[in-house]
Amino acid sequence: MSASISVRDLRKRYGDVAAVDGVSFDVEQGEFFGILGPNGAGKTTTLEIIEGLRKPDSGDVTVLGLPAWPRNPGLLPRIGVQLQASSFFERLSAIEQIRTFAALYDVPAKRADQMLEVVGLTEQAGTRTEKLSGGQAQRLSIACALVHDPELLFLDEPTGALDPQARRNLWDLLRQIAGSGRTVVLTTHHMDEAETLCDRVAIMDHGKILRAGPPAALVRELDRPLRMSVQSGLVSADQATEFSGEQATDDGVSLTIVTTHPAQVLAGLANRDALAGLRVQGATLEDVFLSLTGREYRA
Amino acid sequence: MKLASLSRAMFLGFVRDRAAVIFSILLPVLFLLLFGTIFKNSSAPKISLITVGQVSLIRQAQAADPGGLAKIMTVTAGKSLPAALAAVRKGTDDGVVLQRGNTLVLRYSIADPTKAGIVQSVVGSIVQAANQAGRPPAYTLAASQVQDRTLKGIQYVTPGLLAWALASGAAFGSSITLVTWRQNKLLRRLRLAPVGTGQIVAARIGISVAIGLVQMAVFLGIATLPYFGLKLTYAWYMAIPLVVCGILAFMSIGLLVGAVAKTQQAASAIVNLVILPMAFLGGAFLPLDFAPAWVREASHAMPLSYLVNAMQDVMARGEGPAAALPAIGILLGFTLVLSLIAVRVFRWDDV
Repeated sequence: MSASISVRDLRKRYGDVAAVDGVSFDVEQGEFFGILGPNGAGKTTTLEIIEGLRKPDSGDVTVLGLPAWPRNPGLLPRIGVQLQASSFFERLSAIEQIRTFAALYDVPAKRADQMLEVVGLTEQAGTRTEKLSGGQAQRLSIACALVHDPELLFLDEPTGALDPQARRNLWDLLRQIAGSGRTVVLTTHHMDEAETLCDRVAIMDHGKILRAGPPAALVRELDRPLRMSVQSGLVSADQATEFSGEQATDDGVSLTIVTTHPAQVLAGLANRDALAGLRVQGATLEDVFLSLTGREYRA
Repeated sequence: MKLASLSRAMFLGFVRDRAAVIFSILLPVLFLLLFGTIFKNSSAPKISLITVGQVSLIRQAQAADPGGLAKIMTVTAGKSLPAALAAVRKGTDDGVVLQRGNTLVLRYSIADPTKAGIVQSVVGSIVQAANQAGRPPAYTLAASQVQDRTLKGIQYVTPGLLAWALASGAAFGSSITLVTWRQNKLLRRLRLAPVGTGQIVAARIGISVAIGLVQMAVFLGIATLPYFGLKLTYAWYMAIPLVVCGILAFMSIGLLVGAVAKTQQAASAIVNLVILPMAFLGGAFLPLDFAPAWVREASHAMPLSYLVNAMQDVMARGEGPAAALPAIGILLGFTLVLSLIAVRVFRWDDV
């Protein structure tokens, strides 16, 4: 089979705490896979075992067809790891950083320079990494992880503390990376990020995978009512309650109807020519998470 | 290629760290300026002696070795005994000698014990030499012993300061690097790259040794300027292997500290706590000749004191190259033991 990563009944305890408690999943070649969960859910430990940094207590992990433990140096050139925006050598410029990492993989400096261009940092080549903005540092970090053209890429909280524009910017870059047929494994706190980037996600908590699948499928499974709203004043709340069969509310700005029969509501609104400012909000991955863990999201 | 590029990254990281460069190169030089200036004139004190009447023994001694005696004492002829004694009491001169037949009478003040001791031993040796007639070289020997016992200030201070500077540079460098790299996860990142731990350590050692040798060259360059007047004795080149072994020993201390400490602040506090007492009690700043016995005992447990002593031996005391060998052995042994402990307590990341 073409599974890039195969994890079977993985377990790892630290003292009394079962950090990873019977985890199984596969990541197919070329897939963009997300592991979601709050801090302490066991994502990091799972990832560290896959990367060959930790020995599992039990379970089987194969990476690119080879066992992850004992640590296999032959695997290292085939995987790329992006840790944090600060995992750099001190006081080196962007180009010096990436050339240093390139040299560790016996990759020529020319390829490093190209990679810098791919992530759009050519202008910042001479800037010390300490002086780069958060988004630029993340781009460099990703470029360093990709410089040796790995088959499998691990991304750890890539958009951690970025502003919305920088995040979107980075998402474009990540889509481009994933588009080149590489397998990507992403861990994140951010549900919106996973929803927009990942082909498939696994939601973890307390060392277990609670649910896995494509984000859209997980959201659909939840079967939550839709929240439909239009501009206030087009139709009265009483009328709306009547044709939709659901309780409609009007807060003076919007008229809102929460329903599981969107067709009926839409038709009713359309008949009364009351579609101005229509907004339809469905459940999100975050709702899936909340319903699975049954508690507030611990970011 | 991997080794070269790691070394290059570490080297650039060092030279671009202004604080580190100041600390490791300029600070010791500043200390040298300070200590060197203080000690500049405190070479073995020169004695001034007054002769009253005919003192044939002193005259013979002067005749036999004019230069040698002039180096350690000036001899002036006094007018009368009371006037000469008054000069000694006032401290302008250190002693009065007169000859009564075969007896040489010496009167000196004990206000300055060092000078008193020198006066006694110099005059005593002149008498001794005269007693063994026909063998004039005897006093050159005696005189030189008196002068040699205390090293001239700069001679003492340079090897000590250099040893301290290199030791703290090596310990700080390796501990801070280790803690920083663990904190920013570079350590983990490097572990996931196809590069061996050995190559990373080798690059770090290479850079530390190179920085240390540059420190040494700058430092000795300045100390040998005429203003300071350091005179290296013939086996000084043995200071190079000593310095290399000293750097290894103190890097191993840094490695252990870096393995234990969680933050940079903690690491530098611990290193200071280890190095500073060693610098004082190990004789890097001040001679231990007059220190209490327990300090001298304690100094035997300190790698820095072996380094300082051996460097003084080969650089300033004029001992042969072999004088450095015991210290080299001790430092390497120390490195081995500490590195083994450090490897045992080493952590790749904070859990």
